[in-house]
Amino acid sequence: MKPAPFDYVRPASIDEACAALAVEESVVIAGGQTLIPILAMRLARPARLVDIARIPGLAGIREEGDAVVIGATTRQVEAERSAVIAARVPLLARALPFVGHAPTRNRGTLGGSVANADPAAEIPLVLVTLGGVVVVHDGRTTQEIAAQEFVLGPMMTALATGALVVGLRFPVWPDRRIGVGFHEVSTRASDFAFAAAAAQIALDASGRCTKCTIGIGAATPRPVRRDALATKLIGSTLDDTDIRAGVADAVAELEIMVDSHASPDYRRRAAKALAVRALTDARDAARGVPV
Amino acid sequence: MSAPVHFKFVETPRRVREDRRFVAGRGRFVADVRLPGMVHVALVPSQHPAARIIEIDAAAALAMPGVHAVVAGAELAAAVDPMMNGLDTPNVRRFPLAVGQVRYNGEWIAAVVADSRAQAEDAAELVEASYEALPFVLDAEAALKPDSVPVHPDHGSNVLLDRTFVWGDVAQHFAQSPHQIAFRVTWGRNSTVPVETFGVVVAWDPWNEILDVWASIQMPKYADQIARALRLPANAVRVHYDVDVGGSYGVKRGIKHTVLAGYLARRLNRPVRLIEDRLENMRAGDAHGPDRIFDVTVAFDSDGIINSMKMRALDNVGAYAGRAPFQLGKPVGAIVGPYRIKSVEYRAVSVTSNKAAQEAVRGFGQAPTNYAIETAIDRVAAALGLERIEVRRRNFIRKDEFPYLIPSGTRYDSGDYHTVVDKVLAHVDWPALQQQREQLRAQGLLAGIGISACLEPSGGNSSFEPLLNPKNTTSTWMESCRINVDALGYVTATIHTTSSGQGHETLAATVIGEVLQIDPDRIRIVRPDSLASLPGNSPVGSRMAIMLGGAAFHAADKLKRKLIRIAAHQFGCAEADVDYATGGIKQRGGPGQLSWIDLVTIAHRNFHLLPAEMEPGLETTHVMQVPTGEALPTPDGRVQMYPCHSFEFHVVLVAIDPDLGKPEFRRYVIGHDCGTVINPAIVKGMTLGGIAHGIGAALLEEFVYDDQGQMISQSFMDYVLPSAHEIPEVEIVHHCTPSPFTVLGQKGSGESGYLGAPAAVASAINDALAPLGIVMSKLPIRIPELSDAIAAARASK
Amino acid sequence: MKVELNVNNARASVEVEPRTTLVDCLRDNLGLTGTHTGCEHGICGACTVLLEGEPVRACLMLAVQADGYAITTIEAVAPAPGELSIVQDAFCETHGLQCGFCTPGMVLTAEALLRRIPDPTRADIVSAISANICRCTGYGQIVEAIALAAKRLAGSNLPRQVVPGEPA
Repeated sequence: MKPAPFDYVRPASIDEACAALAVEESVVIAGGQTLIPILAMRLARPARLVDIARIPGLAGIREEGDAVVIGATTRQVEAERSAVIAARVPLLARALPFVGHAPTRNRGTLGGSVANADPAAEIPLVLVTLGGVVVVHDGRTTQEIAAQEFVLGPMMTALATGALVVGLRFPVWPDRRIGVGFHEVSTRASDFAFAAAAAQIALDASGRCTKCTIGIGAATPRPVRRDALATKLIGSTLDDTDIRAGVADAVAELEIMVDSHASPDYRRRAAKALAVRALTDARDAARGVPV
Repeated sequence: MSAPVHFKFVETPRRVREDRRFVAGRGRFVADVRLPGMVHVALVPSQHPAARIIEIDAAAALAMPGVHAVVAGAELAAAVDPMMNGLDTPNVRRFPLAVGQVRYNGEWIAAVVADSRAQAEDAAELVEASYEALPFVLDAEAALKPDSVPVHPDHGSNVLLDRTFVWGDVAQHFAQSPHQIAFRVTWGRNSTVPVETFGVVVAWDPWNEILDVWASIQMPKYADQIARALRLPANAVRVHYDVDVGGSYGVKRGIKHTVLAGYLARRLNRPVRLIEDRLENMRAGDAHGPDRIFDVTVAFDSDGIINSMKMRALDNVGAYAGRAPFQLGKPVGAIVGPYRIKSVEYRAVSVTSNKAAQEAVRGFGQAPTNYAIETAIDRVAAALGLERIEVRRRNFIRKDEFPYLIPSGTRYDSGDYHTVVDKVLAHVDWPALQQQREQLRAQGLLAGIGISACLEPSGGNSSFEPLLNPKNTTSTWMESCRINVDALGYVTATIHTTSSGQGHETLAATVIGEVLQIDPDRIRIVRPDSLASLPGNSPVGSRMAIMLGGAAFHAADKLKRKLIRIAAHQFGCAEADVDYATGGIKQRGGPGQLSWIDLVTIAHRNFHLLPAEMEPGLETTHVMQVPTGEALPTPDGRVQMYPCHSFEFHVVLVAIDPDLGKPEFRRYVIGHDCGTVINPAIVKGMTLGGIAHGIGAALLEEFVYDDQGQMISQSFMDYVLPSAHEIPEVEIVHHCTPSPFTVLGQKGSGESGYLGAPAAVASAINDALAPLGIVMSKLPIRIPELSDAIAAARASK
Repeated sequence: MKVELNVNNARASVEVEPRTTLVDCLRDNLGLTGTHTGCEHGICGACTVLLEGEPVRACLMLAVQADGYAITTIEAVAPAPGELSIVQDAFCETHGLQCGFCTPGMVLTAEALLRRIPDPTRADIVSAISANICRCTGYGQIVEAIALAAKRLAGSNLPRQVVPGEPA
């Protein structure tokens, strides 16, 4: 199981990387945790790899106004251990331990996970759920694409040939009482999930929901946000019955992924149960109940 | 049994000597063997499940850099003999590469040899094969039908074996029983899937006419089979047993790989290395396990006593036979499990299909059979509204009934099943466990307790061969040990096999140390190559504690007797009048006293002091026959299969989230009785590892083919091996009922845990589902399917 | 391509194809055969090495990506020939292995875990080794080994090793 031959280049800058990617049959490698198995099985045979992992300025976590921007080549483990992420993007902090397993998080990058757009991937789900943005550079201009419009379908994105994901912008909620929840079900802890749900909510002083976002992944061809459900829950006190009824409606209309790993009924059923749990966890956390 | 009352080394917590080299990364696995000029093999897989090979065009591949040869089936078949068939099915011919026709997706059609593995793969992609697709069959019941397309047209049908045994008065027992239950359970195709794939390195020396083989092997008669297929004298094949094997649990047989590599090494006059990559291993390593449908009917009384059982086991062996059909034969030796079932009708059916070939898997067919038997017990209990454990107790053979002759002719050696169950129930606090189940149910979870009780036949005879193949008259399956004490008094002993984690060096040293009363850590254990080896049959059939342990015991005992003779001769007394202690000998009631080194010196240097006709030196050997393994099967198929029968009793608490369908273990307890334990750490490890493997078989692992005959679980993404997350903390409750048939009272434990875990896990899930009125009767029970079944049952309520 | 590697505190210059994985490079170019290949697609963990002290899959990394990192293989864990580290010794004490094929990866994973979390819970241990498949042991005695090693390390007078990028 050896990859077919390829060339390897390591550009020194983002612009050099974009120029390199403009050459046909070139693909980006950053962490390589998804790409290398595909190469080893010869399911892909690019002419060359463009290694962006060491381009200065592409890695790092920084606060920028009402957002946290994570450089594309930031290793998942760095975000997992980051105090900034824990404090400012707690939903991402909650989801990261579900990404692959520790050794792959030591090499895998956040940008790579989003650019790969696996339907079961946790990081794109969090980014979509929070209404985040993918920062893209094509060699000439830098563009910001809403995550929802970036991830188009299984392993499909809006990224143009020769363009590069350079960062992810996660909105930070300034609210005092926020809570997050993330749940998924998979055969083994590290396997691709059958279904996953992410939720973040804010409560006012009286315990009423002022903000809410809920996303479903893995069960669907791409991560999707359930804004109608969020709208319905805002203003409520997020009682169990509110959550259950709302989720049931929100899940009923989901476009479910069809494949051989699980029946569509299962994915929908699991998505529903997980969404309820994610919202319940988020509510309880915001209320100060230990989850 | 001539065991000491108190053991000095046996049964004591001692380290496993092999571990040191492995924790340092200093094992020597086959992939670590590097020879000058060595070339590498990659295999070209068939894309079809069945097709006639029209042409294989290797021109483009041969033009690639570094390529030495491309060999296809036609060339190979002209130069080597077919691989050995277990059954008498001469028209089911099998070669390492497909000849004329491919019979499963992934089957190797050609081998490419190049300077590096990567180059070999580059060239393998360019081998152009043209095929004429043929109809294929994947399902065992379809393959069994007379009008099915035959996988081997020359054989005429897909049936390799269809034999019905009747042991006892089945008809009468059925007629007299007030109740009957019939059911079907299915065991999915899984295997042991070691983390190390199979590999072999072969070098041919034309000047000495010797073929050197380093292989990741666990195969009886391996060297003989290689020699026969390659048409070499057996003493021209030298297998190096000092290769560490990275896990096997039955499957590392590698005949086809070795015959192919051996042919290539001779043709190219270069050392050849064939290490399967994971895709080759999963698709066409020919190492899948049983793929079996059981149809069972039991006849029983109103008090739960089971009088008789009819079982049909239909096994889908895949494209070639190999040893797979014998995996229907071995369970004959424990066909009634630990129960006093009076009569049995057993129909064993083995059919070919267009799937990969099977190989021996841990337990050699016993784990699936135990799953069927244990399901029967649970179903009887459910039908009568009785406690499942109570039904087992009522049917268990009692401890005073051993040795116990079962209807199919095997005499169980010993056991105390009731006591083991009592100890386990006390350990788990059975009422509390049931209460815990109710609490989980009250929380909205489905919760169930799984039970299984089963036997691990051990001692690895090969009586299933003559049982299923009348032309086979094998009645011994010996194992050997030689001990040499050098002139400085140091002890070196031999074992004549590779090991794949069983700790054979520790086993032999412990037993020899026990007999000679010397520190086992001072005993060197070596592995001569096959040409320097004594007869042996490798670590199969849970046999080495009994057979290698037995051979080592007897060789040490012979050595001790020789020392005693020497001493008595010096003292001028009778041999009965000396005492042997920690290597030295004293005259009882006399002044005589000789130390170990005194005795060694006499044996090595003082021929004039030796008793008449004694050979000088200190060397003994023992070739051990399997205890109880004397007779061939009777014409009606009664046979003493294995000598010893370890017992295990599993109690498992599982909770299932009804929406997600994911079973989670809340408790896992096993009661285990394998007689005298030689090394506690080894036995514990085997048991825990076997349970993990059994949980994989019950919940996760399956080689799946789609309806086009394509194998869709080729990688570890899709063939799911349990990780530490999926395996619970297991509590072991020990019991020891020594075997009367072995030197120390030991029984086997190499298959423990695996033989009962799948049944126990299935039992737990079905207990959890019982309130819904449904059962899962096919393994593995996957999360989505389980959830779907729960949802359907709830919807219909 | 020529790559300058830092393996086990020694510099090594190797000539590899870009497609050569780190595990093949370690085994074939540097003769460090303690690192094993089990699946070559990132699932089994037999090829685990430490990169800057953290476990990674050597089959999911190209040798050409590995320059400039401190790479540790199993061969560097024993403090001296014939002398085991506390973790290795604990694996021997509990028999936390059988065939030994996954063992180098397990030992390295344990070494890294105990440097990060000196007093791990059972859940910490299970989580750390869950990326490494063992087919022999069912993991029980591996978990015991790591817990024992933690206990012994806590009671030893060895200096705490500093994890790169972490406060000492």
